[in-house]
Amino acid sequence: MGELVFIFASACLINNFTLAYFLGLCPFFGVTGRLDTAFRLGLANIFVLLITSFAAWVLNTWVLPHAPYLRLICFIVVIASTVQFVEMAIKKLSPTLFRALGIFLPLITTNCAILGLALFQTSRGYGLLEGLIYALGAGVGLTLALVIMAGIREENDLAPIPRIVRGTAMSFFVAGILSMAFMGFAGLFSQTG
Amino acid sequence: MALRKKELQFWPEMTKGLWKENPVFIAVLGLCPAMAVTNSLINGLVMGAATTFVLMGSSLLVSALRKVIPKAVRISIFIIIIATFVTTVDFALAALMPIAHKQLGAFIALIVVNCIILGRAEAFASRNPVGVSIADALGMSVGFTIALAMIGGVREILGSGSLLGVDLLGEHFEPWAIMILPPGGFLTLGALLMTFAWVQSKAERRRAQAAAAANVAEGRPEKRAA
Repeated sequence: MGELVFIFASACLINNFTLAYFLGLCPFFGVTGRLDTAFRLGLANIFVLLITSFAAWVLNTWVLPHAPYLRLICFIVVIASTVQFVEMAIKKLSPTLFRALGIFLPLITTNCAILGLALFQTSRGYGLLEGLIYALGAGVGLTLALVIMAGIREENDLAPIPRIVRGTAMSFFVAGILSMAFMGFAGLFSQTG
Repeated sequence: MALRKKELQFWPEMTKGLWKENPVFIAVLGLCPAMAVTNSLINGLVMGAATTFVLMGSSLLVSALRKVIPKAVRISIFIIIIATFVTTVDFALAALMPIAHKQLGAFIALIVVNCIILGRAEAFASRNPVGVSIADALGMSVGFTIALAMIGGVREILGSGSLLGVDLLGEHFEPWAIMILPPGGFLTLGALLMTFAWVQSKAERRRAQAAAAANVAEGRPEKRAA
């Protein structure tokens, strides 16, 4: 149990995918203009991360021991088709949710956080339950980063910022300071790891 | 960009990626590798070289097969082509440069989802003949490598006081440890972007003054807003 809590907190806070591993930066800078879209994108990501984690576990257990050199190709094909499948399923089952997620669902395929999760899960040798907890932590961490970033950027729009820092440069400084803040969480589990 | 269907020249297609459409500084793409592996100059260069190989290879293949690939499943096919080249690079690096491979870790594999590569395949290579596609890929990847080298150089000098492992700043320099940690990546790229915006706004102001002094009616030649 303690092990699982540690995996969750580590993926969510200490080694936050966006702010410590630089994964999923495209949506982080691309769609954090508004708070509610950022939140919805985070939820969609959690969903796909969980499914990917399960799929990666299935592949690692039954398929890839026979052909380790196909790992990357297998993962990416599975992720792309899973996203497509999830998109169709949601469209059929809950049109409201589908409309709420909109374009973000297909874009998740090229989000490096998803492939990153599958690769890290493999290299750390996580089992099914550990992998799912890891995916949940990573997803919650991503959502957290997206929402904080969107909140700050909404405020920034009204602030008198010098012209040369406006836009992307300012977002990078904000992200740098956020990343520093998240480094503080490293003290949380110092005795364990 | 390359939407005009007229003959595209080799040279301009290559040089545009170096600066004018630099994938990192101007288009702000491919950020994950641009910051994750650039805590030293050498890591940035290895990453740049690996990306160059993948981008050139995938552009060549996508462009050569562009008439055969069905439109509906093109993205999946591009991704499989890219993943094949990345697997090659991954294994080659593991055999040739085990230390660098270990330091870059999963980020070599993550070249697959580098938006620059899929972006060039979709926006350029799948619509243009092999020659200009390779020029475009070469320019983009050299531009990417330049960007990685700049970020990596700044971070290594400030974060460890050395460049390519050679001590530069003497023993009295206290390294800024934050620069080789994750926040340093964000801060360095932010500072670089800010510097470019500053240089550009200065150049624009000077050009505007010169235009006003010469009393040219047409005003500024470029209309890109900062």
